[in-house]
Amino acid sequence: MNLLTVIVLLPLAGFVLNGLLGQRLGKPFVSIVGCGLPILAFLAAVRSFLLLQGGDGTALVETAYTWAIVGDFSFDISLYFDRLSAVMTLIVTGVGSLIHVYSTGYMKDDASYARYFAYLNVFLFFMLMLVLGRSLLVCFVGWEGVGLASYLLIGFWFEDPEKAAAGKKAFITNRVGDAGFLLGMFLVYHTLGTLEMDRINAAYSGDVLPAVSASLVGILLFIGAMGKSAQIPLHVWLPDAMAGPTPVSALIHAATMVTAGVYLVARLNGVYLHAPEASQLITVIGASTAFFAATVAIVQTDIKKVLAYSTLSQLGFMFVALGVGAYGVAVFHLYTHAFFKACLFLGAGSVIHALSGEQDIRRMGGLAKKIPVTFVTFAVATAAIAGIPPLAGFFSKDEILWFAFSSETGGSTLLWLVMSGTALMTAFYMFRLLWLTFLTPSRMSHETEHHVHESPFSMTGVLIVLAILSAIGGFVSIPHFLEPLLPMPTAREALEHYETSLIVLSVVLAVVGLAGAVFVYRAGLARADALAARFPRLHRLLSGKYFVDELYDAVLRRPLHWISDRIFLGIGDRFLIDGSLNGMAALAQRAAGRLSRVETGSLQLYVLFAVLGVVACLAWMWRNG
Amino acid sequence: MADPTVLNLVLWLPVAGMLAIALTPRGQDSLVRAVSLGVMLLQLALTAWLYAGFDATQPGLQFVTNVPWIREWGIAYSIGLDGFNILLVTLTAFLGPLVVAGAFTAIQKDVKLFYAMVFFIQFAMLGTFVAQDLFLFYVFWEAMLIPMFLIIGIWGGERRIYATLKFVLYTAFGSILMLAAVIYLVYSLYTTTGITSFAFTDLYQNQLPLDTQSWLLAAFGLSFAIKVPMVPLHTWLPDAHVEAPTAGSVILAGVLLKMGTYGFMKLGFPLFPDATRAFTPALMTLAVISIVYGACLALVQTDIKKIIAYSSISHLGYVMLGLVSLDLLGIQGAIMQMVSHGIVAGGLFMMVGMIYERCHTRDIAAYGGLARLLPVYSVFFMILTLAAIGLPTTSGFTGEFMALMGAFNAAWPQFEAGYALPLVLAAIAVSGVILGALYMLWLAQRLLFGGTRAPHQPFTDLDLREKLILVAIVAAIFWLGLFPAGPLSKTELAAREYQQLVLGTHVFGSAP
Amino acid sequence: MDRVQFLVALSVALFVVGLVGVIIRRNALVMLMCMELMLNGVILSLVTFAQQTGTVSGAVLVFLIFVVAAAEIAIAIPIVLLLSRQRKTLDVEAYSELKG
Repeated sequence: MNLLTVIVLLPLAGFVLNGLLGQRLGKPFVSIVGCGLPILAFLAAVRSFLLLQGGDGTALVETAYTWAIVGDFSFDISLYFDRLSAVMTLIVTGVGSLIHVYSTGYMKDDASYARYFAYLNVFLFFMLMLVLGRSLLVCFVGWEGVGLASYLLIGFWFEDPEKAAAGKKAFITNRVGDAGFLLGMFLVYHTLGTLEMDRINAAYSGDVLPAVSASLVGILLFIGAMGKSAQIPLHVWLPDAMAGPTPVSALIHAATMVTAGVYLVARLNGVYLHAPEASQLITVIGASTAFFAATVAIVQTDIKKVLAYSTLSQLGFMFVALGVGAYGVAVFHLYTHAFFKACLFLGAGSVIHALSGEQDIRRMGGLAKKIPVTFVTFAVATAAIAGIPPLAGFFSKDEILWFAFSSETGGSTLLWLVMSGTALMTAFYMFRLLWLTFLTPSRMSHETEHHVHESPFSMTGVLIVLAILSAIGGFVSIPHFLEPLLPMPTAREALEHYETSLIVLSVVLAVVGLAGAVFVYRAGLARADALAARFPRLHRLLSGKYFVDELYDAVLRRPLHWISDRIFLGIGDRFLIDGSLNGMAALAQRAAGRLSRVETGSLQLYVLFAVLGVVACLAWMWRNG
Repeated sequence: MADPTVLNLVLWLPVAGMLAIALTPRGQDSLVRAVSLGVMLLQLALTAWLYAGFDATQPGLQFVTNVPWIREWGIAYSIGLDGFNILLVTLTAFLGPLVVAGAFTAIQKDVKLFYAMVFFIQFAMLGTFVAQDLFLFYVFWEAMLIPMFLIIGIWGGERRIYATLKFVLYTAFGSILMLAAVIYLVYSLYTTTGITSFAFTDLYQNQLPLDTQSWLLAAFGLSFAIKVPMVPLHTWLPDAHVEAPTAGSVILAGVLLKMGTYGFMKLGFPLFPDATRAFTPALMTLAVISIVYGACLALVQTDIKKIIAYSSISHLGYVMLGLVSLDLLGIQGAIMQMVSHGIVAGGLFMMVGMIYERCHTRDIAAYGGLARLLPVYSVFFMILTLAAIGLPTTSGFTGEFMALMGAFNAAWPQFEAGYALPLVLAAIAVSGVILGALYMLWLAQRLLFGGTRAPHQPFTDLDLREKLILVAIVAAIFWLGLFPAGPLSKTELAAREYQQLVLGTHVFGSAP
Repeated sequence: MDRVQFLVALSVALFVVGLVGVIIRRNALVMLMCMELMLNGVILSLVTFAQQTGTVSGAVLVFLIFVVAAAEIAIAIPIVLLLSRQRKTLDVEAYSELKG
């Protein structure tokens, strides 16, 4: 029963068809193929899910073929479907299909419509390989493949050199993470003799622990996750990735690709459960990313950049959950985040579409009545991300905060404080965004205001679906569903009675954030600008995103170029190596020149030499008998 | 399945091609081209037959021809296919028609001589790969220099004389030392066993003391290292590539560079196993230096061909890394990487040639936004770039992944035993994938994206001939990337034999 | 000193004088004459030894040398003549184009 292979191959077929024939057969063909095949994949995923539930709980496994056999080891291309895979696959195909449908409206007037859908389909293919792969090798193929799709889609409007450069930045930063992933893979293969993730988990959960420490493996694979999920210090590509079309930002940089790192750690929970150092590292990095990204989001003025930093921050939440052992909760937050973040991004796309390309929130405002559907869905999603009950974000974020506080494996008050502070900031900047975009008096230019129109149903329909999911999605208890696979961490007994007060506190924080945002931004930008003027240096630091890009440029890029150019090329190749070669050639020429002076052309000199030679020979013969 | 005539036919077909061309009347360039293409395609078909008929389960040589040549010195005309050369022979035969077809519009003067030289070099390269007698090997090794000298020297760019002289003298210098070593080797075989023979199988069994081995390895190794090329003996390559015509670059990058690594794999290391094991850290260091140095230099070039030339140095560093790892994965990865690099680098040079024919410049600054001007070209260029980077599903990934894994497998136990250098080197080599992506994507960026800019517009996108060539290359890249199990099975026994020979555990006369 | 020794010494003397003359003199014709002198010295020693040993082979060689010398002169003198017409001098130093 090759259902899993079908799920993976459907989008690939879409890529091939749209890539080769799309331009020629026109937009309707591309739309049908480009959206239809992902929808079919979603249906196949549902069917697999039902099969899984109907069975006895063992995972579905399919081996497509053997990639290579070396020695006694065979690298198989196998697909694996358990509850975690089910959640991930349904999100990827479900939200993916929705975004494909949205794209038919958003990219309607673009000349490269076929190319866009081809890239989107190939992304889906690789992402499904990533989440369905049984071995780290298949996962890695999908891992790099989504990086490729991301590169192609970020740089989709490649005539703008900045957009193309953003794509390249994404790929390179991901590659740095991939180097760590590769090392982790090699280590695992060498010591365990297998790359299959279920077997790796089993090896670490058994009685006899493998020779290599779980933490080392965990840290190396986490480096890969850091790159893909844009955690500090490999986060720099995500804000720049907003150069791509907005549906791309929604699909790849919110709902699916960036969550691959979370998936990887959750999948290998068997390793991370026995790797306290690695888990601590994950917690620290997750918390730092969450906190610092939130601080930067407060001062961003591009609607997509706010959402990008918000994504970084929410990913940090997920990693904190992973770090304290709450793997199922992290996946729960991944699931709710997919809904509300996709809704937010697509809503932003709708706003940009309505304003004919304007992305600066300083030039928006007063859109609530003009584009009501977009406004309502955006508001619902904002409330969800801020953690207002009973929307989805409240449930998932709250569980994270609870385990951050109370988990025996890494929970602490300090961690809870940092994460709650981040939650407060999240509510603040998200409602700031909502107010400045929709509810404050209009700051739009007269031209733009005149042309404001609601988006077509292909776009608003998807927004409505996603908003509904953001509202009710939290009632599906994913952590409970995943508990057989991903055990919940134990909470410290002494702290258990704090649970309800923490819930109340987090709701209070959300409301405080909302109130704060309304207070500062109700009338527009005036109060905010005054605040910024009072703390100029802080404002500059935050607006400059802590100058990390500039740091990397100064410490990595420019020295690399300088060393390669001046030292390796200038001194090494040209001066030393080529210099010595050309020098030897010149030496040979000069020596030959000097020696050739023997050839004077004078006959008598030659005869003299001949005679001397004969005399010398005779003397030698006489001397040596 | 041991019919040797087909192999002889494959080997001598280029000579027949040379004769056929020589007999065509003057001025009939299109006839010359057609004949050349026909002969090359015939050779490819025969080679495909050989490939299919190659039995992966049988150790040792297949399709053997062993005819005594100079009996007094033990020299024989001995050729055969084994796991070491089957893939390389197939690669050479595969690139043959592509080179010929690719040069249809590029070479307009002395067309007969050009294709004769292409055949000559094809003959020499195939001979080097299939020779099983050291004298025969040396003859073919040296013979390859003459046509290359002429190809670069006559049809090359502005500094072609400098480049071709550098190439020939550099390579010949190494070969002279190798000749001395060959003579000494055969002589020592004679003094220890009384047998005078140049055959590989006899020479493998010769036991030499360690310091003799070290000197001989240095002599052989110098010659091969110049060919690979390994840093610091690499500076002939950028000049040769830049000045050579497209077909010359494709032959050079596609096959000639593999002769160096093949030499190491077939001769250098197995003939002197103790010295190889003793020098493994140094060899590994040189391999990693090649990877990093080549990549760094590729980053700061302004000529497209030079970037690809330095990238070749970097990629072949992975091959050397895999070979000295002495791990089965590493060795298989090295062989895969050899074939993959031949196809990818050959394809990239072919594409540079296509753009050069249209715009007559190789300066990166002159180009921009080609994805808008030449969409089909850009698709193929992007695919080749990704293969060079080692994206999974391409052949580049297969080679790099396995070679790195092999190096790591060899390094980790040494680390656990307290010796950290191999692990550090392996980690640096893994970080080489970052550098690889850096310069290749930078190149793709400058050429394909951004504002449109190119001299001598308007020009046409790829025509049918160019598309067919690139489709063949891309198909090969994906075949090796997605389904490497077939080729790997054919080389497995040879890889084991290599491993055993170098580790000193091979029992002569039995299967590995 | 007996006759043989004297004659051999004489032939050596002739040879050496001829050799020195070839090395030192710059006039082409004089160089040719000195080469003849060297040949004559060799002839003298051949005849001496032929007479001494009583065999004929030495004398036969002498006739060989006569023939070769005659042929050589027949070729050499016209060459020198033609060359000297080109350069208007018999000085050997004038013909040094083959230098370097």
